[in-house]
Amino acid sequence: MATSSLANAQIESARIVAVNRRADLLMASIGILVLAIATLLLASVFVGLLASGWDRLINPDFYTHFPSRHPQQAGIISAIVGSSLVMLVTAVIAIPLGVAAGLYLEEYAPKNWLTDLIEINVSNLAGVPSIIYGLLALGLFVYAFSLGETILTAGLTLALLILPVIIVATREAVRSIPLELREAAYGLGADKWQVVRMYVLPAARPGIFTGVIVGLARAIGEAAPLITIGALTFIAFLPSPPVQATPPFVNFDWLTSPFTAMPIQLFNWVSRPQAEFHVNAAATGVVLMVMTLAMNALAIYVRLRLRRLHR
Amino acid sequence: MSSIPSSVVDADSECLIGGASEAFLRRRAFWNRVAAWLLFAAAAASVLVTIGIVYVLIRDSIPFFEQVPLSEFLTDTQWTPVFKNAHFGVMTLVSATLTVAGIALAVAIPAGLGLAIFLSEYANPKLREAVKPFLELLEGVPTVVYGFFALLFLTPMLQTVIPGLSGFNLLAPGLVMGIMILPYTASVSEDAMRSVPMGLREAGYALGFSRFRVAAQVVIPAALSGITAAFILGMSRAVGETMVVAIAAGQNPNFGFNPLEGAATITAYIVQMAMGDLPHGSIAYQSVFAAGLVLFLITLLFNLIGFYLRRRFREVY
Amino acid sequence: MQNPTKTRVKLLMNEMTSSQHTSGAMRQQQDVQPEPTSAPVLRAEARNLDFWYGATHILKSVSMAVVDCKVTAIIGPSGCGKSTLLRCFNRMHDLYPGNRYSGEIQLYPEDRNLIEMDPGMVRLRIGMVFQKPNPFSKSIFENVAAGLRVRGVADKRILYERVEQALSGAALWDEVKDRLHDSAYGLSGGQQQRLCIARALAPQPDILLLDEPTSALDPIATAKIEDLLTVLRNTVTVIIVTHNMQQAARISDFTAYMHLGKLVEYGVTEKVFTTPQSPMTNDYITGRFG
Repeated sequence: MATSSLANAQIESARIVAVNRRADLLMASIGILVLAIATLLLASVFVGLLASGWDRLINPDFYTHFPSRHPQQAGIISAIVGSSLVMLVTAVIAIPLGVAAGLYLEEYAPKNWLTDLIEINVSNLAGVPSIIYGLLALGLFVYAFSLGETILTAGLTLALLILPVIIVATREAVRSIPLELREAAYGLGADKWQVVRMYVLPAARPGIFTGVIVGLARAIGEAAPLITIGALTFIAFLPSPPVQATPPFVNFDWLTSPFTAMPIQLFNWVSRPQAEFHVNAAATGVVLMVMTLAMNALAIYVRLRLRRLHR
Repeated sequence: MSSIPSSVVDADSECLIGGASEAFLRRRAFWNRVAAWLLFAAAAASVLVTIGIVYVLIRDSIPFFEQVPLSEFLTDTQWTPVFKNAHFGVMTLVSATLTVAGIALAVAIPAGLGLAIFLSEYANPKLREAVKPFLELLEGVPTVVYGFFALLFLTPMLQTVIPGLSGFNLLAPGLVMGIMILPYTASVSEDAMRSVPMGLREAGYALGFSRFRVAAQVVIPAALSGITAAFILGMSRAVGETMVVAIAAGQNPNFGFNPLEGAATITAYIVQMAMGDLPHGSIAYQSVFAAGLVLFLITLLFNLIGFYLRRRFREVY
Repeated sequence: MQNPTKTRVKLLMNEMTSSQHTSGAMRQQQDVQPEPTSAPVLRAEARNLDFWYGATHILKSVSMAVVDCKVTAIIGPSGCGKSTLLRCFNRMHDLYPGNRYSGEIQLYPEDRNLIEMDPGMVRLRIGMVFQKPNPFSKSIFENVAAGLRVRGVADKRILYERVEQALSGAALWDEVKDRLHDSAYGLSGGQQQRLCIARALAPQPDILLLDEPTSALDPIATAKIEDLLTVLRNTVTVIIVTHNMQQAARISDFTAYMHLGKLVEYGVTEKVFTTPQSPMTNDYITGRFG
């Protein structure tokens, strides 16, 4: 009697172990399957674009020509220049503003309702759809401030869009700075701003840099807000260059110039019925993807190296 | 610090306090104050952005709602703002928006949850460290590129399987969007699962639970509000996503939930209108802001629920 | 005003110097007339100091005098509040919310309560070395120059002069003079701690606080730091917290024994260790407790 119940128990537990093992195997294969599909998808998007756009990608004219009615002659020079200048404006506005706001929230903010309001506001802004920023820009910058459909408007819009990204990255970077560093600095008699400026900010720089790159990568691929403010797609000229040979050597006329950008150019070409334009769109997609992936990879690399340093 | 008696002051007549000249300390205190104010101003400026958004959306929606009664806006099933006989039934756009977002969630919930469980409970730390950056890369792909993919690769592919599928449809952008929000939902839910204390898991293992059982009966229930938050925030992203639907879902405002047909979502409508030359102040121009207001309110609702759940989850652990 | 602890401290000091109490005297006077038996000059003095973190009452009516150019050791079992007391002297607690002081720490010679001063001003005058070496991720030179830069010193010549002076003072100059611009993280733990001492010494603080400076170091590095402290004796005012009684006995002129947030015994080191007044101190130093 006793021996048989023991045997039963052994059989039962063996059965449970087998069932458990099967469930575990199933879970692990689901995880790996999802990963594999995601990898495959990323690869097929990239390879698909590369294959469709290859003819244009290897043609140097593609990078030096303006858009054209003839797909074989159309190029992305105005889109490249436009995107670069818009990014310049975005970076100049978003980086100081975002870093300053992040520093305030992490280092200065007292615990009160105003701080709570700002924090909730920032996390909410991060979830506002990009096209809403486009409407903000259309209603405020384009019409109310009469800035027009210019590089300045676009740069401002994208700066607001990536502001939460930079704020959050700054906060995380600042939060990860060890207490000992602050105590050492305060112990030397430094006041708050000295501690922040001389110690906290330099130590947080790699983390902030990561956030800035991720933010800019997002901004450079963003089309919706730029379309909303009325960015043009057919730009057959370049804005006046920001630097010139004669004094005062810098020139801000480009800020008020109309522009196009790479994601808009892509959208325009993909929306045309003619398949020849889709080739151009694919080629632009490759350029855009290489840029954003490279920027994201750089950010990941910096973060991984940072983590290794901290260990 | 003029109140420090002169006895502290060093012999060499230059006024020194702890080795610093008084003039320097005065300058230092000045910049300390200025910096604090500037940093505060920057943080406060972020509130202005929200105020600006709400202001613009409401200001341009008011004249719209003066012409279109709210009841018609919410119940009409046609959306034809530029026709002579204009209809403004926003539910037309909302139905397409929710259909796409629903398809996206149908992809992202099982896949994201499976991936999150795998990463949090099964994968060794090395694999996890390798996968997370990869997910970030996936998240970084520009949405126009995904739109291109949905229209010119995925739709033709699906058409070979589903013969009735239109060239513009809600299915392909929905599927692509599911993949787009997958990295976000997976990594947020994985964070939630990993912050479940080890002690709870050990209690499960001590009872003889398998990993799967620990995941299903211990970790997921404990992390449920965090996981829910991940998917609600993912839903919010899908609702607000623009370029994929603008490219691949077509621009016909159709009321209904048929994924095989094309239909304009809220975001696609805004893009479509912005592409044309809208006369500033026309009812069509204002309808863009009214649609934007609806979009903003929907995403705000999702975001607030998501943040609330997330915060509650963080308070527990 | 004249509480028992204070009277006892005074008595003990009289034993040591058999001379009158001259708090408030100017430092220069002492420099001008360096008599071996000169009166003890006070640098600071805690009077009935209480300290709370949130609702926790950590220091209970502590009174302790800090004598100029002497080493004062604070000993006691862990959790007795010795580090908390030390960190009151440069108002380190003010970095965190929930701190509350009552009572006073008079700073001499100007006879002001540093609890009522601006914490930043206090820290400009009172340097600190922490438990774990915490150099900045900068060069050796910039680490030592850090306190000077915070005080607005930018002149390269002055910086070099003071950095060399401080590094020599911390007995580190010979070891690092050829690699001043290398990262401070390349130094060994003991060297890093001496670098931190040099960093604290460079701005010539009125008082140097040391919070268990050798607890993270091996015995050899510890011995070097102790040697250094013996050299600094009679030139710098030092308050050191240590859990190591032998260390306190070896390097300090005065010793304070704390227990449960109270100052149980305070006096000339030799006396505290040979003829402790309190049975609690006796138990602790004989190793029966703690």
